[in-house]
Amino acid sequence: MSESEKNKAHIKFFLNGEETEVAFAPHKTLLEVLREDLGLTGTKHGCELGECGTCTVLVDGRSILSCLMLGLDAEEREVTTIEGMAEAGELHPLQDAFADLGAAQCGYCSPGFLLAAKELLEKHPKPDRELIKEALSGNLCRCTGYIKIYEAVEVAAARLRGEEMELPRESLYGCE
Amino acid sequence: MTKNGNNGKPLKVVGKPFRKVDARAKCTGQTRFADDIVLPRMLYCKMLRSHEPHALIKKIDAKKALALPGVVAIITGSDLPIPYGILPVSQDEHALCIEKVRFVGDPVAAVAALDEDIAFEAMNLIEVEYEPLNTISSIDEAVMIDEPRIHNYGDSGNIHKKISLEFGDVEAGFAEADLVREDTFFYEGNTHLPLEQHAAVAHFDPDGKLTLWSSTQTPHYVHRALARVLELPASHIRVIATPNGGGFGGKSDPFNHEVVVSKLAMLTGRPVKVTLTREEVFYCHRGRHPVLMQVKTGVKKDGAITAMHFKSFLDGGAYGSYGVASTFYTGALQTVTYEVPRYKFQGVRCFTNKPPCGPKRGHGTPQPRYGLEVQLDKIAEQLGLDPIEIRRNHLVKPFSVTANYLRIGSMGLGACLDKIAVGAGWRNKFSGWDPDKRKLPYGKGIGVACSSYICGAGLPIYWNNMPQSGVQLRLDRQGGVCVMCGSTDIGQGSDSILAYIVAEVLGIDPFDIRVVTADTDLTPVDLGSYSSRVTLMSGNAAIQAAERARELLAIAVAERLGVPIENISLAERRVFDVENPEAGVTFAEAVVLAESKFGTIGTVGSYSPPPSPGKYKGSGVGPSPAYSYSAAIAEVDVDPATGIVVVERIWIAHDVGQSINPVLVMGQVEGSVYMGLGEILMEEMAYRANRNVVHKFPSMLEYKSPTTLEMCDVKTYLIEDADPNGPFGAKEVGQGPLLPVPPAVANAVYNAVGVRIDEVPITPEKVLKALREKAKGRSGRYGPESVPEVSWPEPLKVLTPAEGGDGRELPHVAVHS
Amino acid sequence: MMGDAGPEGQFVAGGTDLYPNMKRRQQTPRTVISVMRLPELNQISGDGKTGTRIGASVTLTDICEHSQLKREYPAVVATAKLISTPLLRNMGTIGGNLLLDTRCNYYDQNYEWRKGINFCLKKDGDVCWVAPGSSKCWAVQSSDLAPLLVALGARIRLASTLGERVVDAGGFYNDDGIDYLHKRPDELLVDIQLPPANGWRASYRKLRRRGAFDFPVLGVAAWAKFDAMGTVAEAKLVLGGIAPSPIEVEEAAQTLIGRRLDEEQIQAAAEKTYIKARPLDNTDFVMNWRKQMTREYTLRALRDLQV
Repeated sequence: MSESEKNKAHIKFFLNGEETEVAFAPHKTLLEVLREDLGLTGTKHGCELGECGTCTVLVDGRSILSCLMLGLDAEEREVTTIEGMAEAGELHPLQDAFADLGAAQCGYCSPGFLLAAKELLEKHPKPDRELIKEALSGNLCRCTGYIKIYEAVEVAAARLRGEEMELPRESLYGCE
Repeated sequence: MTKNGNNGKPLKVVGKPFRKVDARAKCTGQTRFADDIVLPRMLYCKMLRSHEPHALIKKIDAKKALALPGVVAIITGSDLPIPYGILPVSQDEHALCIEKVRFVGDPVAAVAALDEDIAFEAMNLIEVEYEPLNTISSIDEAVMIDEPRIHNYGDSGNIHKKISLEFGDVEAGFAEADLVREDTFFYEGNTHLPLEQHAAVAHFDPDGKLTLWSSTQTPHYVHRALARVLELPASHIRVIATPNGGGFGGKSDPFNHEVVVSKLAMLTGRPVKVTLTREEVFYCHRGRHPVLMQVKTGVKKDGAITAMHFKSFLDGGAYGSYGVASTFYTGALQTVTYEVPRYKFQGVRCFTNKPPCGPKRGHGTPQPRYGLEVQLDKIAEQLGLDPIEIRRNHLVKPFSVTANYLRIGSMGLGACLDKIAVGAGWRNKFSGWDPDKRKLPYGKGIGVACSSYICGAGLPIYWNNMPQSGVQLRLDRQGGVCVMCGSTDIGQGSDSILAYIVAEVLGIDPFDIRVVTADTDLTPVDLGSYSSRVTLMSGNAAIQAAERARELLAIAVAERLGVPIENISLAERRVFDVENPEAGVTFAEAVVLAESKFGTIGTVGSYSPPPSPGKYKGSGVGPSPAYSYSAAIAEVDVDPATGIVVVERIWIAHDVGQSINPVLVMGQVEGSVYMGLGEILMEEMAYRANRNVVHKFPSMLEYKSPTTLEMCDVKTYLIEDADPNGPFGAKEVGQGPLLPVPPAVANAVYNAVGVRIDEVPITPEKVLKALREKAKGRSGRYGPESVPEVSWPEPLKVLTPAEGGDGRELPHVAVHS
Repeated sequence: MMGDAGPEGQFVAGGTDLYPNMKRRQQTPRTVISVMRLPELNQISGDGKTGTRIGASVTLTDICEHSQLKREYPAVVATAKLISTPLLRNMGTIGGNLLLDTRCNYYDQNYEWRKGINFCLKKDGDVCWVAPGSSKCWAVQSSDLAPLLVALGARIRLASTLGERVVDAGGFYNDDGIDYLHKRPDELLVDIQLPPANGWRASYRKLRRRGAFDFPVLGVAAWAKFDAMGTVAEAKLVLGGIAPSPIEVEEAAQTLIGRRLDEEQIQAAAEKTYIKARPLDNTDFVMNWRKQMTREYTLRALRDLQV
């Protein structure tokens, strides 16, 4: 075992529902552990200082900034990344609605938005527009102007509640 | 050129809100961005950047850094002595500075190490000795102070470029006017702030070939720059543009970090990656130029413009970048919305010791558009005209040529204005100019503005006679279709556009198609994702390639069915006889028939814009195959106690010619509104002139990008005034809809509280200051008072089309002794 | 553990303040000791009758969602909700917010940037660029909860190997951007003790560019206790975001005491806070405007207290 291997931290946690063990340099953030030590590059970074929300993941169901959490602090906790959102190839209704409405343009902030929205819908199955804005106010997007994201969250929320919901005509084609 | 690639059949794919071809990948985190690439034995690169804004490099000592365990290589400027730059006229950058540094953030050395931490530590062990030089921190300083020069080229001292053009007799135009107004405006610089920091990975293989993956909008130009600087044959270099995590123009230059990792990969024989920090992205910049403007416009009583003289002063930062083009753009598109029969433009770009400015969404045109549209509002007030009417009544005519020789095609601005006027309830909210007769309460206001943008630049960046976009199509015998194009998807959906268009022409499903783009080894050249050119140019190339393939299939199937070729139609993944639709074959069978008859099926398409009627020196910037149009109404709430402006809603109509995919068009419109909103309310690149011209706050926290809580409601109207030059009639949408937003908000602020903020961004301090001035009985205006004195060159004079001009400049009048 | 780590050790809870500072090399502890899994720091106990204790590592989200706090201490909840973003509030703690490092545009920058200006007094340099003639650091107290908790008379419990002590929030802060707390590095913030919710009202108004992310560039906390007649019996006005510590404006509170809280008194108090406020040019927005906003935001905070 090399010196650097010996100095590595070793943790066990639940990653996207699977028990996972990983060794890494102890100063690494969860973001770095996910991307560099586990190869899950779906979690992105925009500033690494907690100023953009791009690196959002869920820890025990709560959306957090993985750039400001040490990998060590994930020990024994449940971490969900974008890779864990679709199940058996089936997109989560949020992912479906994002895809349908073009809510992911460049797609770089999308993993963070999707996970923050997932937490929102788990807490509030029927959020109004104001609540959606508030819940997503820690995630910056430079492409969409957020509008398609709100619309996608609304569509997904309805579908998660079991309601039939068509994509709104105005969202697809503009106003008459 | 076929106007309609579908032979008059109803459209099956075009105009429908399909998903993007990469939508699932983007929503599942599977899209591989540049920083997601990891190769075996990969090294990590860090660049040491100057903390001096302007200094001679006396000595660089990397001995200590090289001795650090884990450091594999260190390079400095002397390793890369050949300069480069995006424009042939401004080859003024070195990958690593050689003799001097020109701004805080200019790179001087680069380290390749086993990991990023070691690279960082090594970087701080490199010792650089500087001899500081005086700095140039503003337009005023650059105009007044010639020495020290930041560059030893350019029109004079620290002036990079001066332009002076006159179309028709402008003074005569002012003499005819009932009213002549002169206004001064300032538009502060701002930056793209893509969420993805630039990253690149280089790999030099044992056979001597280099591959670079990079988050670039212009792989073709990066390819050219690498060949030049690395002195490798271009055929030995492959540039792959990874999906861009946002670009907005900020990834359109060849960048020093791309050259540096390539060189380090060549030296070490190992893959090398660089990922910029957020601070470094601010130093790459190439964002919106700060522009000081003076606009003089003459109008008749009904608001008809008789002449305009526009002066712009650009703070270019430390390098050329696209700056010469940016400068021309600050004067090019004033003429394409309202009739401007005589027009004069003078522009100057300065060098300053700041990160270089370049193209940001709307490249050089949001600033003059702000001046023009705010001034038009002031003119409307002075003439007692409705701001919508003054615009509506003097629109340029479709299919006409402007005073500066821009050829207008379809022009849906009137329809745009009509839609938003009704949508916003303009007549119930705008009550004329008498503050005592307001319909909205004091503090609430409404304002309008229009704009237009190019659909691709008429000319490429370097002079050549080749197409600007190429598409190659390969059909295989199983029915697979692969479309290959050099275009780069930066989030706008250009990959999907190729699939939709090819699917439409070939009568198949867009998701049947494999799209391969932005790889200089595999795809024909497309110049890149800039100037809103991709849908129009690559779309037309795709139509041509697909029509050629359709022709081959039709011949083979017609022969099999024994019917005339004209009878053959392609739809629903079938190729059949229109008169007897039952008779036909599947698409895959059709390919087999065609391949049996013709051999391997591959076709190509290419696109070159039509020649421009302008032939004068400087006519290269502004011409475009088509122009998009937008109009916006903003409704604002201004708090008179604080000056805080809240934009509540924007109604925007955009003439896109024809939506290839309306939901993607909507996304571009909404995103443009967002970026325009950020620019008008809060975004600015600020520097501390007294503290080494450092960027005031190169961070996501302090560069204020609007969150969900600042974004306004948007009501979007799509106007489809098909342009004969567009694929299926399509025009651009990526940039144009940003343009009317800042002036519409400014005009709404005036309507709300009666103060004119002639400076962008409109921050609460400025509004409150103007309100206090107004309360004291003064003008209630905030903005620049004057422009610097510049010795302009004698303008190049061109007769307008109306004066019988031929698009060429007049010969200089000989001076008789 | 802190004893083992010595002067180069530091406690950390949510990490949302310390880790960015470490990444920028503003703070360089060799050892960080997480307090997030200490159960007694994670609890909210008590009630509005006897007072409420909030453990230092209770997250801001937990405060926002706590039904008893929402009912009995709505101003605390409303203020916590104004901090940064939902993501950060899921991590950041009340203790962390109260101990927040002072902030400054010359200090909250990475190493290379600070080197470019030859560093500053707070870290690695010897000039305060905000006030170059000053021997004092002017970095700004940027916690939202600090001015509010000072205004409502909260108490702060600290523990170390030497024992425990409880201090008034008002006496906890020091008006110096470097030495901004009356707390030894080895002391651990254990909990915050809110006074009984017995007849007082409090409010907090925050000035910032955006509705999320941004630190306050001015915060006005107002607190008043009313007698049975509806007259102000006691009052406090505390300004945040404009100086190295929360600034209590006693002369403003004095104008309110013994009178009904009507517009005239509110205007008089706002004039006093306006005079007192001396923001410097080291945050977002120009300082002159921030000073002017002190009056306006005091008005708004006090109007919030009117029934």
